Amino acid sequence: MEHHYYNPEDLKKFGSIAEWEGNLAKKFFDWYGDVFKEGDLTAREKSLIALAVAHTVQCPYCIDAYTQDSLEKGATEKAMMEAIHVAAAIRGGASLVHGVMMMNKAKKLSM
Amino acid sequence: MIKSLHARHHQLADQQRQREILENGIFREGRLPKFERKIAEAGHPALMPGELEIVQVNVGYMCNQVCKHCHVDAGPDRQEIMSRETMELCLNALAKNKIRTLDITGGAPEMNPHFRWFVEEAHRIGVSEIIVRSNLTIIVANPRYHDLPVFFKKHGVRVCSSLPFYNAGKTDRQRGEGVFADSIRALNMLNDVGYGRPGSGLVLDLVYNPVGAFLPGDQKQLERDFKLELKSHFGIDFNNLFTITNIPISRFLDFLLESGNYDDYMEKLVNAFNPAAVPGVMCRNTISIDWLGNLYDCDFNQMLGLGIDARVKGHVRDFDYVELKSRKIAVSQHCFACTAGAGSSCQGATA
Repeated sequence: MEHHYYNPEDLKKFGSIAEWEGNLAKKFFDWYGDVFKEGDLTAREKSLIALAVAHTVQCPYCIDAYTQDSLEKGATEKAMMEAIHVAAAIRGGASLVHGVMMMNKAKKLSM
Repeated sequence: MIKSLHARHHQLADQQRQREILENGIFREGRLPKFERKIAEAGHPALMPGELEIVQVNVGYMCNQVCKHCHVDAGPDRQEIMSRETMELCLNALAKNKIRTLDITGGAPEMNPHFRWFVEEAHRIGVSEIIVRSNLTIIVANPRYHDLPVFFKKHGVRVCSSLPFYNAGKTDRQRGEGVFADSIRALNMLNDVGYGRPGSGLVLDLVYNPVGAFLPGDQKQLERDFKLELKSHFGIDFNNLFTITNIPISRFLDFLLESGNYDDYMEKLVNAFNPAAVPGVMCRNTISIDWLGNLYDCDFNQMLGLGIDARVKGHVRDFDYVELKSRKIAVSQHCFACTAGAGSSCQGATA
């Protein structure tokens, strides 16, 4: 094993996952390519969503790739940070909304 | 305002040093293939010219701005200015060879004292298309330039202007404090005389280049964004947006080296090599002329001192269309910027 779990060079080798299962990899990459094409959402909006999700799943490869991609698509730095706040708000909100569950349980147990 | 590399006696002011950097490092080590090999693999053993359509004349390196990415290393401290005699030779070459387009660039070409005479003469002798690459801010820099929009209109000039982004933050970071606001004022003035307005026939194009070490996005999508933003915030109209990839020479090369982005950027360009972009590279339909009248395959080669094929006569006084068509285009690793992704040229994406 390497000294680090993550290596920036590995991002460039993403396509090599096809070596051990070409059929499924092809389906994935074709689908992936279609996902990011412009539709009702613009390519820039999709890139910003990807950037936000990248921070949610905390994938360094994705953060690297979609920081660059967002810049290339013409996103402002402010828009990129706003996208991350959306991700963070949902993460934070997801914890907090479960507070209601905690309260329900606590109230049931308590006199 | 920062000074040019030239004024700072920076190592990259030396053209040979730049060429060495592009020929060595990751390319010498074999980690990345050289451009010549890459185009050979794509079926072009040598890069040969097609029909010559454009003569791009660089009338001098003096400029009122000092942009961080400038491939010319232009600035107020640059003294290289094309003489009227050399301009006459350019006009002779244009007329004799019936060249369709004269593309005037710099520096800020308007700062050349013979600029207006040059445009007037080109118009008078019937050059079909005259493009002026204006940095916009020159129009508002001094009252003596305020009438440039009217002058351009009078001579049917097609105006092509750099605007790297539709907000001040990114634009000013690349082009200098206050440049965005001045550019907007200048665009308003151009619009006021009809430039970019629908149905006016006066063409105003904008040039987008990334503010950093990344590739430009899709030209059509960026054009749509620019049109929407500039119209809604400033009432500005323009015709086309041309995306240009930053070429790793001069000040942009300095930025890449200083910021530790050079290897990654070159790798990105090489990995994005698009064989379909090769036939449309601008060196195939353009000749570049420097302030002294020397010929080059493009403005970037001019800045690198990468001379035209030694087998052809290399000065505008000897401009020989037939001979020039037989030349082999000089290339180095900076050429990868013109073949990356959707391709890049002074007329935008090529593939």
